[in-house]
Amino acid sequence: MSARTTAEASGTSGGEGLARAFYRFRQNPLSLVGLVLVALLLFLAIFGPLVAPYPEHLAGEVSVLDRFKPPSAAFWFGTNEVGQDILSMVVAGAQVSLLSAMGVIVIATLIGTLIGLAAGYFGTWIDEVLMRFTDLILTLPALILAMAIAAGLGPSIVNMVIALALAWWPGFARLVRGEVIGLKEEQFVVAARAQGAGAGRIIFRHILPNVTSPIIVKMSLDVGFAILAVASLGFIGIGVRPPTPEWGVMLSVSRSNLPHFWWTAIFPGMAIFVAVLAFNLFGEGLRQALDPRARR
Amino acid sequence: MSILVVEDLVKHYTVRRGWFGGAAETVRAVDGVSFVIDSGECLGIVGESGSGKTTLTRAILGLERPTAGRIVFEGEDIHALSPKALRAQRARIQMVFQDPHASLNPRMSVRDIVAEPMEVHRDVLGLSGRQMTDRVAELLELVRMERGHLTRYPHEFSGGQRQRIGIARALACNPRLVVLDEPTSALDVSVQAQVLALLIGLQDQLGLTFLFISHDLAVVRYICHRAALIYRGKLVEDGPVDQIFDAPRTDYAKTLLAAMPDPDPGKSPFWGPAAQGKIQPDSEKGAP
Amino acid sequence: MALLDIKGLRLAMTSFDGETEVLKGIDLTIPQGAIAGVVGETGSGKSLTGLSVSRLVPTPPGRYLGGRILFDGHDMLAASEEEMRALRGTRISMIFQDPTTNLNPAFRISTQMVDAALAVASRDPDILSLPATARRRQKRAVARQLAIEMLGRVGIVDPAQRIDAYPHQFSGGMRQRVLIAMALIGRPKLLIADEPTTALDVSVQAQVLALIHSFVVDRGLTVMFITHNLGVVAQICNEVAVMRQGEIVEAGPVAKVLTSPAHAYTRALMASVPTREMKRGDLSFSVDPVEAAV
Repeated sequence: MSARTTAEASGTSGGEGLARAFYRFRQNPLSLVGLVLVALLLFLAIFGPLVAPYPEHLAGEVSVLDRFKPPSAAFWFGTNEVGQDILSMVVAGAQVSLLSAMGVIVIATLIGTLIGLAAGYFGTWIDEVLMRFTDLILTLPALILAMAIAAGLGPSIVNMVIALALAWWPGFARLVRGEVIGLKEEQFVVAARAQGAGAGRIIFRHILPNVTSPIIVKMSLDVGFAILAVASLGFIGIGVRPPTPEWGVMLSVSRSNLPHFWWTAIFPGMAIFVAVLAFNLFGEGLRQALDPRARR
Repeated sequence: MSILVVEDLVKHYTVRRGWFGGAAETVRAVDGVSFVIDSGECLGIVGESGSGKTTLTRAILGLERPTAGRIVFEGEDIHALSPKALRAQRARIQMVFQDPHASLNPRMSVRDIVAEPMEVHRDVLGLSGRQMTDRVAELLELVRMERGHLTRYPHEFSGGQRQRIGIARALACNPRLVVLDEPTSALDVSVQAQVLALLIGLQDQLGLTFLFISHDLAVVRYICHRAALIYRGKLVEDGPVDQIFDAPRTDYAKTLLAAMPDPDPGKSPFWGPAAQGKIQPDSEKGAP
Repeated sequence: MALLDIKGLRLAMTSFDGETEVLKGIDLTIPQGAIAGVVGETGSGKSLTGLSVSRLVPTPPGRYLGGRILFDGHDMLAASEEEMRALRGTRISMIFQDPTTNLNPAFRISTQMVDAALAVASRDPDILSLPATARRRQKRAVARQLAIEMLGRVGIVDPAQRIDAYPHQFSGGMRQRVLIAMALIGRPKLLIADEPTTALDVSVQAQVLALIHSFVVDRGLTVMFITHNLGVVAQICNEVAVMRQGEIVEAGPVAKVLTSPAHAYTRALMASVPTREMKRGDLSFSVDPVEAAV
């Protein structure tokens, strides 16, 4: 009997589970494009200042003689109105954009997950109160809300991140609440209740581990949009301020140089576009890999 | 000696119909059911969908508060217990679920799944982590699985093996009563035969009491000592299985028995000697 | 003359674990007017065999390695997708296990049945007995009449009224009747029924079986009845093929195969079915090796 039972279980381990997930991930070649781009962006975010061709430009050591140089072998992306190398700025901007966007999403996920878990699990008036509050935040345009909060807190990168996170969590709360309501009726949750397990145990041991996949998928999709939001705030001058190299700020400054010095706008704009696209493709790939409902 | 007494159990639900929450309607899911389970026996509860057997089970497990009536387990009315006493009580009534795929948390290892009731009732049992692991290994052997399966995850097992894991979990706290909710209906017949044999063996070996919920009469006859048929929330007929199968008293029991598909082709109502239109495709009756 | 003739059918499916052969040379012949059971446990390939006949196995991940399926003179594996669409509904229909998910909850039964009838009529105008030039509204009216007639035929009381109900207003057994009515509206020659009664209560199951049987007797329908339930096979089928791991281990008339099985697997399977005569603990336990093989 025991010999049989061993033969039956198709020996799979945690490592193989990952391999399976990656197999589903790479079913769509665009996911791989997303993965490569996201890896590149993360690399730039960490090592950006080190790989920038003119790190001294970032510190303000510039030559006015180099101002408004078009793209060339020396300055691949050209230079701006004070002679800074735009490639170096774009590379350095990855750090600000990515870190602040990821900060926004991490904080929003924490708030949203806690609220969603509580609302979904306890139901009744707790759900009612929490979700009406969530809807209220959701009805306010996120950017306007973030602008108001950022204006109130004063201009700084940290305050901008907090402001965006406070406007961003409702999506996570709704996602988590929906998942929890479904999971609450799952037999293994009923089984735990029947054994006498308390709310904390059920929420954190049975429910939360089963909502991590959709949360991770939404996080990676949302980082792209958060990059856009950070750039937007920078563009209108509420978030990151010049001279910090940030893509939105660079776009904003370049407005006065258009259309003649087009390269001052095109390259930061492309950076934003590529970053948003990268996280979207990557997030969709993760959904394929992790979300059982997306599978065939 | 009776272990569980269900007295006049009633559970009504109020369902609102219509857009404006008007016309409330009462659904009598369980409508005055009484029965007794003796220590060491296996009582089958047989009913079709909508008969109320699920509600009945949930009430016995203390997951649902009855509208009226009492459920007395080992001399105590379980719905009159303090929350703390009810929690302790739950160690003594355990359940095995129908769907072996849905009833095990996919993110937990076999060790953690089977140890969970011991963790929940740690205050009563007082087992250390290592003692629990040893106990889980023992339980796995009891349900004829390998100790080595401790570290694996549910998706690595077949349906029959998962159901064995579910049974091991139900036995972890040495329960007095095990409620089995259609434990084999999702399994292949050959696996069902194994699981039924395992259950009978465990019952005899450990002196367990079973409440076996099923819609499959043949399975009930095979494993149960007594059976109770419920239909639309009411208990229609109960008694020893031999009596129900060999001399059914009510029309409902006779209808159910007649509808049982017999694996003997000689008894086919369509092709066998008994053919010539015994069962007509008579239409559904009543309102939608 | 055989309506369906499958010879040496081999199908492979690709997954993370690589390509595995899931049908390993199926030979199956279903004569006109038979109710042929295809019985097997999880992973036996019984459903894939049914899906192969109406060519509904997606390729990829599926791939046919060999064999042929002859249905009513058509070589199904060689037929174009256009030919297949013309055959589905008019010559071959399918019904499945879950009557809930196969009806669209958003539309009335009437809408879904009329659409099904019109789709069939676009291939085979005889169904509505109208000239091809008939107006659209006229076609719809006739299709509706046909749908009502079919609902009555499958035992829905007061079909002219109830046809305008939504699926959720019907019980599970009635939804399966509606699906049978929809499947048979185009007067197909072959009905492939994949576990059609598994989700139903036994008393409702008996009625649905009787309904399928009546279409065979009255209209000469041929049925491929896929199930795991040997009791159901013994009741409704006159032919049976026992499948295991992509192979047919034994086939023949039900009376012969189930009462004096030649193959050890069939014997083991029969021995593991509890019957109403059995006493507690009576079940033969000779089936041990089955789960191991899964």
